[in-house]
Amino acid sequence: MAAASVPRDVTSYSIGLAAPLTLFFLVFFVAPLVQLFVLSLHNDAAGAVWGIGQYVHFLTDPFSLGVLGSTLLLGAEVTALCLVLGFPIAWLYHRVGSRAQTLIILIVLLPLLTSVVVRTFAWIVILGRQGIINSTLLSIGAIDTPIRLLYTQAGVVLALAQVQMPLMTLPLITALGRIDMNLEDASCSLGAGSWRTFWKIVLPLSLPGVIAGCTLTYAAAITAFITQSLIGGGQMLFMPMYLYQQASTLQNWPFASAISIIFLLAVLAVVTVFGTLGRLSRGYGGA
Amino acid sequence: MGGRKRTWEAISFEVVMTAIALIALIVIIAPSLVVLIVSFTNGFSLKFPPPGYSARWYAELWNAWQLHFAAKNSFVVAMWSTGLSVVLGVAAALAIARSATLSARVLDSLFMSPLVLPALAFGLSALMLFSLVGMPVSALTLVIGHTVVCVPYVVRNTVAALAQLEPTLLESSTILGASRWYTFRRIVLPLIRPGVIAGGFIAFMSSFDNVPVSLFLRDAATDMLPIRMWQDLEGKLDVTIAALSGVLIIATVALMAIMERVTGLSKRLTS
Repeated sequence: MAAASVPRDVTSYSIGLAAPLTLFFLVFFVAPLVQLFVLSLHNDAAGAVWGIGQYVHFLTDPFSLGVLGSTLLLGAEVTALCLVLGFPIAWLYHRVGSRAQTLIILIVLLPLLTSVVVRTFAWIVILGRQGIINSTLLSIGAIDTPIRLLYTQAGVVLALAQVQMPLMTLPLITALGRIDMNLEDASCSLGAGSWRTFWKIVLPLSLPGVIAGCTLTYAAAITAFITQSLIGGGQMLFMPMYLYQQASTLQNWPFASAISIIFLLAVLAVVTVFGTLGRLSRGYGGA
Repeated sequence: MGGRKRTWEAISFEVVMTAIALIALIVIIAPSLVVLIVSFTNGFSLKFPPPGYSARWYAELWNAWQLHFAAKNSFVVAMWSTGLSVVLGVAAALAIARSATLSARVLDSLFMSPLVLPALAFGLSALMLFSLVGMPVSALTLVIGHTVVCVPYVVRNTVAALAQLEPTLLESSTILGASRWYTFRRIVLPLIRPGVIAGGFIAFMSSFDNVPVSLFLRDAATDMLPIRMWQDLEGKLDVTIAALSGVLIIATVALMAIMERVTGLSKRLTS
């Protein structure tokens, strides 16, 4: 119907073509999430008594709040590391020839396309007691006994940063490619040094890319179940594993639902904050 | 005067940025190389560097029937999910790509949301829905769940390809008397094909590798490869898993090279 009212523009297609996917999403994506929310509003494990007891339980339990806090902190640390390492990659990309550019992209893409278990397994081999770092440090005499790298926060952050790097780097490469090179030249010829030009011109103009990259990296880092559980080990508990334990091992579906909803809202809040910053930064970039 | 200072400053900037970039690239690629090297060990442990080299653990893989079974399941589910994602995703991308209406933007956000929302929460909710309607977990429930989380890649890449399409090409085709359907088949489809293939490729890889959704939607009959590997790794560090990882890394690199040839993958993801 809508298509008929639009003038016959050959470059656009009827919105009706989106109907099958919309229906598919309503049935298999939106409906399950609504049902998840409904189940979280039950006080008992059987799901018979209505109430907000599960949320009260979570929000008054120091242990649960601790898991949420450490998960959000983990995301921030991974995102920061990805930004510090990813920005120079994007910068280098625009200063090399096209063959080197292709190589850089393929290297950056490799972890994204490699199986998550494989790349996590690789970090176990690197960080383990007999791993590369420990055996190197032992052989050069820097340490006497193996140091603990696996099952530490730093290990999880490093492994996650490697895995999520494409999500940060690809938007940055796109954003840097859109910056008018003349602006950098102008800044330099007006007497600003390279560092000053970077902080005052390049970084602010690339903010839309920075924000897009941070959003994707943050969301991926806090939901990265496999890497968190294998590198973090039993001592460190983050939201995905907490959710999985409650749902699968303890079969406490209403509480698992409440954890899911709180987790979803936390992710949505972060995405919204980043999204708002993104709109502001575009205004800044255009000014 | 200031010339020398500026030069030093420019050099320090270039050196710092290049050094960090190179370190980052090495950190990104090192784990894959390490696994490849370790997988060719002739020993029983995952020591690096290995005491000696052999392909014995790759030979072991031939007998690992549990891994074969899981790999076959993962492959079949990934094929179906990719097929479904491409059919539904391309149609939806055509509808929303060149439309600035509110409904098109709302749909775009809806189709992209599985990218940021925790897949584990979706997996749990899908399991609860299927159990509510009395649908036992099976390959079908896996395909449905995977399609939801894979479709964003197809939609995003197809929308990007459509956005780069020259409207004048389509207009001239119509002016020259071609029907809309003929224009779509002979002009639009060939031009967006690389984008669709790139999106389908990423969708396939992410389905083949999916853990959070599969965790809830599979049973013993539909064991999936990444979950099998994860469970094997939690128990012990198995060298067979290293060999399997080696196979997967080589296959991934080979597929990436083919995709780079066929679709210009690297340019497609940065435009």
